[in-house]
Amino acid sequence: MSADMNTLAFNTECHLFIPGCGFEAPGLHSFVFEPLFSIGSFNFNKPMLLALVSTVVVVWFFWAAFGRAKVVPGKMQMIAEAGYDFVRRGLVYDALGKKEGEKYVPFMVSLFFFVWVMNIWSIIPLAQFPVTSVIAFPAGLAIMVWVLWVFLTFKKQGFVGGWKNITGYDKSLGAVLPLLMVIEFFSNLIIRPFTHAVRLFANMFAGHMLIVMFTIASFYLANGVGFVYAGASFVMTIVMTAFELFIQAVQAYVFVLLACNYVQGALAEHH
Amino acid sequence: MNALVTLANEVEVPQNPLIPPIPELVIGLVAFFIVFGFLAKKLLPNINKVLDERRAAIEGGMEKAEAAQAEAQQVLEDYRAQLADARHEAARLRQEAQEQGAALIAEMRAEGQRQREEIIAAGHAQIEADRKQAAQALRQDVGKLATDLAGKLVGESLEDHARQSRTIDRFLDELEAKAATDSAKAEAGR
Repeated sequence: MSADMNTLAFNTECHLFIPGCGFEAPGLHSFVFEPLFSIGSFNFNKPMLLALVSTVVVVWFFWAAFGRAKVVPGKMQMIAEAGYDFVRRGLVYDALGKKEGEKYVPFMVSLFFFVWVMNIWSIIPLAQFPVTSVIAFPAGLAIMVWVLWVFLTFKKQGFVGGWKNITGYDKSLGAVLPLLMVIEFFSNLIIRPFTHAVRLFANMFAGHMLIVMFTIASFYLANGVGFVYAGASFVMTIVMTAFELFIQAVQAYVFVLLACNYVQGALAEHH
Repeated sequence: MNALVTLANEVEVPQNPLIPPIPELVIGLVAFFIVFGFLAKKLLPNINKVLDERRAAIEGGMEKAEAAQAEAQQVLEDYRAQLADARHEAARLRQEAQEQGAALIAEMRAEGQRQREEIIAAGHAQIEADRKQAAQALRQDVGKLATDLAGKLVGESLEDHARQSRTIDRFLDELEAKAATDSAKAEAGR
């Protein structure tokens, strides 16, 4: 692959102490890609490709593991079972209980592994971009969870009960109730899906920014005495990459945990 | 130069990173629903079925083990009961044998006693008969000898005087009677 705009986000020729050029800090432009191809006004770019490859990876993995599941599991099946069980017991049963939660297990399992794989692209060579650092992907998923939450709230609580649930209606609060209802209304219905999406987006965005930053610095500083700084920067790149591996899993976990909590809130008897 | 930066700056000003572009939103959701479809419709039901089967197999195995244990316990109890029966039977047989043995010994003893007594009685009878016979013979011989002796002393034969035999008999009777009296006296004196 040539060092074109799709593989490198910066100019490798420019170094410290070379006049005529400066350090090119990563910025919002690091998250914008030239379309791989275009159909009319529709531009197909790298994050879209990675999102679709994520689908392939997750489906392939679970197909290989569970396609012909056996009572005595093979290695793949055992790993997949551990992951499946982790989400099922650790997240869904924990928040919703076994009886209520069973229905939502496939949704939450899909959500967890899809988000996780999209995050992992951040440190996969050649991909090196977390799909979830483009707001559209976490936003889509958060909107979906929000729609599910609203649907379940009204389905379970009825129209009036649903609104009571959303606005946190509680007679015993007396005079504060109107204020609380307004706050709860905004908090639950408008701010929550936003924070749900942004929490994942911002973590991955910042993580990617740090890795890109240290990577660019490693190249830029590699001149003369700057090699020392470049070495430090490179070590930081490695450290951040390891740290991101951890953050990717944590953020996927948190995203699904919140989804479980929202569903639980919709199903819970309002108080 | 940095083509990406140039492109980003010239072609489109980087937009607000918090406003999602619709195409990406759609692609993301489509990608997710493909995953969800596969997992929810095929793969997770698959694994749930297998997990249930595994649980059933494990529980079945445990039930089997329990059944086997119960059976083993039953067999052990049966065996113990049989052993106790056998011991009881053996004790009973031994007791019976002892009793029979004792009866047999007593019977034999009685028989032995009887035979001994018979033999003793027969011995006594024989001895008595022999004694009588000997006494008879002795009497005749003593008579003859005495007569011979007397004849020699007298100088003539007394044999012809058969009548004299009554005298000898009388003498012998007296002798016997005297002997009997002596022995009685001796008995009394003792």
